[in-house]
Amino acid sequence: MEVLIQVLNGVQLGLLMFLLAAGLTLTFGIMDLVNLAHGSLYMMGAYIAWTFISWSDSFVLGALLALPATFIVGVIVEVVIARRLYARDHLDQVLATFGLILFFNDLVRAIWGPAGKSIAVPPFLDHTIEILPGALYPAYRLAIIVVGTGVALLLAWLVARTRLGMLIRAGASNRRMIAALGVNIELLFSLVFGLGAVFAGLAGLMAAPISSVKIGMGDDILILAFVIIVTGGIGSIKGAFVAAMGVGQLDIVGRVYLADWLKAVMDPAAASAAAPAISQVLIYIVMAAVLVWRPTGLFGQRQ
Amino acid sequence: MSERLFTPRALITTLLLVLLAALPLIAQAVGDRYILSVGTRIVIWAIAAVSLNMILGYGGLVSFGHAAFIGIGGYAVGILSANGIQSGWVQWPAALMAATVWAALVAALSLRTRGVYFIMITLAFAQLVYYLGSGLAAYGGDDGLNIGRSRFTGLIDLRDKASFHWLCFALLCAALWFCGRFSRSPFGHVLRGARSNEGRMAALGFPVFRYRLVACLIAGAFGGLAGVLLANEGAYISPAMMSWVKSGDLIVMVVLGGIGVRFGPLYGALAFFVLEESLKPGLDLLHKGWGEYWQIVFGPLLVIIALHAKGGIASLLGFRHD
Repeated sequence: MEVLIQVLNGVQLGLLMFLLAAGLTLTFGIMDLVNLAHGSLYMMGAYIAWTFISWSDSFVLGALLALPATFIVGVIVEVVIARRLYARDHLDQVLATFGLILFFNDLVRAIWGPAGKSIAVPPFLDHTIEILPGALYPAYRLAIIVVGTGVALLLAWLVARTRLGMLIRAGASNRRMIAALGVNIELLFSLVFGLGAVFAGLAGLMAAPISSVKIGMGDDILILAFVIIVTGGIGSIKGAFVAAMGVGQLDIVGRVYLADWLKAVMDPAAASAAAPAISQVLIYIVMAAVLVWRPTGLFGQRQ
Repeated sequence: MSERLFTPRALITTLLLVLLAALPLIAQAVGDRYILSVGTRIVIWAIAAVSLNMILGYGGLVSFGHAAFIGIGGYAVGILSANGIQSGWVQWPAALMAATVWAALVAALSLRTRGVYFIMITLAFAQLVYYLGSGLAAYGGDDGLNIGRSRFTGLIDLRDKASFHWLCFALLCAALWFCGRFSRSPFGHVLRGARSNEGRMAALGFPVFRYRLVACLIAGAFGGLAGVLLANEGAYISPAMMSWVKSGDLIVMVVLGGIGVRFGPLYGALAFFVLEESLKPGLDLLHKGWGEYWQIVFGPLLVIIALHAKGGIASLLGFRHD
């Protein structure tokens, strides 16, 4: 039973990471933009949600208000800065979006103050559910799994079945051609960027009750999201999903089981300190191994 | 020769170097120890930026994990020091060796990839070192560790701020001299050729992979040296010295100063610290308390530099990109 619960925790983390990675892989695949500031949108989503939730006193209402607001933030970033970067080389993109991270971190500090915020688990989800006889699981985490799966399916449907998805796929394979065919490519880019911002914001606000809302919360998780899209193959939603799920499980294995295994061979205090570090290291080693084996990731296009 | 020596850029560069060299005396004269400590940090970060410029500027390899070498250099000194080995004659070669070995490992794996994959894999390897550092509970974990400074008995006392500054300055000059030789050598020409057109260099028969690998080893060793100095500067090591933000800062310094220009990183490191140290009080003057949020100004400044001023300070001074 313990194993089942940990696997579910891994799935839940993987789905959150997928929401973050999906926007990143779309902006890279279609606009050819390395967007380091994607983690800032994750942070903005959580902070905006905190404001709306405190104001409306309802988690669901606050979250529903925060998503369009994050969309607007994303579109503003796209229109003001990101679209000037699409044709630039990667170094310019890294530099400019690194500047955006610094900007957003201090902007949040100026607006919401240096102390972290916390969002409470909504009361109607603040209980446990017996998923199998004898196995209790927090309802909120289950809700994340349900919402995350729903959004992943929605995205798969959007990309595979709709006209917007068709344009997205066409844009990923040949941008100039679809512009030449008369598609309003600027609008398409703004929409995709805004969509990525919404997914990042959703991940941020859903993660908030489990962790906390703080400055720089998007920075470390952004690196993990990059590991996911690089491992999965940049531009591939399927790759991002597979890699995110893998990272989720690896993280849980490292966090929960590695400490126990290490305690068998070393001092317990040192083992519990080393285990989270080793579990992080494990993720990077897997990425390195995948890239040595396939330099463009699991599902990436061959150059 | 005389023509080259008296151009405005040569004069400004010379003036800057003289100023850095005289900083301990200036600090003593005005009785401000803080400017010396900022100056020493500028010199150390300039060494790190010079080393990044060797692969980023001349090699065109966007490494986003350069802080790892600083961390490895620093931790090598710190770990040896914590275990009672204080001699700099042991610590420093060990630190440089460790940074070079790590560079060999990272380069051998990441040079197989291109473009954004290269950026991300170097970043990921640096994070790996970062997490290893924060997992070393015996050496302070996340909090870092106070260490004793390296000892070169009878030669130099690193606890003396002025001597330490001059040592760092001498090493910076050595790094700049080396970088000049490096970029003009046949080796440097192959590296720059591969930056412009990798396929053509390969077709000419140059083993591009091996040239880039060696460049990474050299850059790694200089990065390790910067780490050794940084650990000795504060007598302190912590994972924060190799966080990915530091790797970003180093890229900012190189681009701000002028990418692929020998003295660019020096200008960049100087401008980076001067901007930080002047934006804070400057904004405070504008409105009390705003100084804390200086990055609201600094961040967009980086965006503007990336979009409109790619040549950096060096191009303003008329340096040619080489």
